[in-house]
Amino acid sequence: MNVLIRGGRVLDPASGTDGVQDVLITEGKVAKVGVGIESGDATVIEAKGLIVAPGFVDLHVHLREPGQEGKETIATGTRAAAKGGMTAVVAMPNTVPPLDTPAMIAYVLSRVAQDAVVRVWPAGCISHERKGEVMADLAGLKEAGAVAFSDDGNSVMNALLARRAMINTSLLNVPYVEHAEDEDLVDGGVMHEGRVSLKLGLAGRTTLAEDIIVARDLLLAEATGAHLHVAHVTSKRSLEMIREAKARKVPVTCEATPHHLVLTDEAVGEFDTAAKVLPPLRSEEHRQALIAAVKDGTVDAIVSDHAPHGPLEKEVEFAQAASGMVGLETMLGLVLEILVRPGVIDLAGLVRLMSTNPARLFHLPGGTLAPGSPGDVTVFDPDAAWTVDPRALASKSKNTPFAGRSMRGRAVHVIVGGRPVVRDCGLV
Amino acid sequence: MAAPDALAAKDLLGIEPLTKDEIQLILDTAHTLADVAKHPIKKVPALRGRTMVNLFYEASTRTRTSFELAAVRLSADVVNINVQASSVVKGETLLDTAKTLEAMTVDFIVMRHGSSGAPHMLARNLQASVINAGDGQHEHPTQALLDLYTVREKLGSIEGKTITLVGDIQHSRVARSDLIAFTKMGAKVRFCGPPTLLSDDFAALGAEVHHDLRAALTGADVIYVLRLQFERHRMGLMPSVKAYTQRYAITPDRVKWAKPGALVMHPGPMNRGVEIAHEVADGPTSVIVDQVANGIAVRMAVLYLLENGRTKRAAAGGVQ
Repeated sequence: MNVLIRGGRVLDPASGTDGVQDVLITEGKVAKVGVGIESGDATVIEAKGLIVAPGFVDLHVHLREPGQEGKETIATGTRAAAKGGMTAVVAMPNTVPPLDTPAMIAYVLSRVAQDAVVRVWPAGCISHERKGEVMADLAGLKEAGAVAFSDDGNSVMNALLARRAMINTSLLNVPYVEHAEDEDLVDGGVMHEGRVSLKLGLAGRTTLAEDIIVARDLLLAEATGAHLHVAHVTSKRSLEMIREAKARKVPVTCEATPHHLVLTDEAVGEFDTAAKVLPPLRSEEHRQALIAAVKDGTVDAIVSDHAPHGPLEKEVEFAQAASGMVGLETMLGLVLEILVRPGVIDLAGLVRLMSTNPARLFHLPGGTLAPGSPGDVTVFDPDAAWTVDPRALASKSKNTPFAGRSMRGRAVHVIVGGRPVVRDCGLV
Repeated sequence: MAAPDALAAKDLLGIEPLTKDEIQLILDTAHTLADVAKHPIKKVPALRGRTMVNLFYEASTRTRTSFELAAVRLSADVVNINVQASSVVKGETLLDTAKTLEAMTVDFIVMRHGSSGAPHMLARNLQASVINAGDGQHEHPTQALLDLYTVREKLGSIEGKTITLVGDIQHSRVARSDLIAFTKMGAKVRFCGPPTLLSDDFAALGAEVHHDLRAALTGADVIYVLRLQFERHRMGLMPSVKAYTQRYAITPDRVKWAKPGALVMHPGPMNRGVEIAHEVADGPTSVIVDQVANGIAVRMAVLYLLENGRTKRAAAGGVQ
């Protein structure tokens, strides 16, 4: 199937394209980008007034399969991704059982081949059973298809294991992704430690817990040469350290989530478990520091950290509630709201943070519309108005703190490998 | 603005949502209802036909008994749920437990729970009135109300007074509720304790934060002693109990640092000889026993005013 996306503003920072052009996709790949391309037998998608970008790549998604199919599956999670404008997602390995062996990676990829509507790149565990004790078979995991390594959900607490893992990820040229929170220091906390946690009488998680792991990992990355990718950074001090390390050419990159950019710990309100997430929503000071770090390029990618949970996990006491929120379908609207319209970044910056950079950081195909690239395209309307209705989400789970929020901007057409998976904002 | 004889909200979840007028109303109502205890028959029919459940997930003698007596004196029927013996141990969720109770047409649920915000979740999901009898480290509103009542009774007024709370502030729901309550009524609140038991961030919530006891007590009208909650000190927040006692225990000598005649209060149960000396606990300005007695009147007032609100909403055709 050939597709011609006609008359949109093509925005591809990787190839330096920004202008009204057509994009022709044949045999699943970008064939041609230019003005006045003949449609021939191609299906024509009119994109007048819309932005045509290389497909968005979300480096941080929990698809919950295998093991927690009640929360999400590869089928529902990738449909949520497509609706959000993603053409590829990195699936985190904290499934049940976790993706800590080549066989588990192979299994997930076989399920992906059957059920997924966008590309799914699995990450493998750093440690056996995610216990932080014994290194997983990193070489085997890579061979089976893992594109990154992470014990996401937990930090690798043992510095010796972290060091040895980095030596190996460096040799394998695969990013080492850290969920940076010192588990002793967080002391059972359930939200950001600060004025709000004090007021609510909820145990707090100090930003020091993030800072200490980031500091340790930066030292280890510098020593080992490993590509350290810090997941969902939230702390002002951590951002300062990452900025300083980058200036010294330490191989570090990092990501930020829309929820940490948009919300603060005040969102917990009267014990709203929808606002419970790890790392926690921080205070305004940290939120502003995160926005500034996006602006100056310290943050390399925006990711959803899509973390589906059901009512059983959320309609309980705050301290007992599961952490995480769904985010695939609200990401684009929130990034436009908090970063683009206030002028922190421009639309090209958005494409860089959601497509160009993430593809490059994890060595994934895509992230550009240069001829020969995968035919993965996100066509979006930065102004389309809509309201978040949890029931209308394609995700199986509805745990969003953004229910009822007025949004501007959404994906209109999403094409994966030359195949339209979303047309006119609806799943095909 | 609250109606003059009812609370506006369905529930009493904390001091935070109450207006100054509502607090005043509760104190005045408690004053009237306190007389019931002096009658030969200690009962009025205000809550006849109503049912109150004491749902306590944490051990409590005084608060549970106080609520029970308050309800009985208003002629309500009272059921005490022994959580250890209920289906909770079979893994039932809090919400299911509460919905089960509601299906038995309960009007008031008095709840104590170790998790901050647990009563708020119940209140959102139930039509019964939920009264927070202590949630985690968050609030204990009826304790703060009886503290206000006691100070007003003993000192004549609350406005302009200085209340110094000493001890384990960090883990204390009483401290949080008292901070909001006394501040709302125009008093100044000081917190005093070692840094691991008293975060400087409390200043952002309106407290004057002290780590030196003498400075904290100077000029205080009330010395409010908090219990050291040993059960919460997982990893040694203090070098030793002795180290705490040496710096922060309220002894007869240290009481003299406060204003002459300063009241001594404690929410109980006391660790005598740890945070408070025998001589002070039983001393001439100690009102610790009065606090317990006043607790019943204040809880009667809360039940009575919530019931009036329920009646008004029902009469107005509101959902009950």
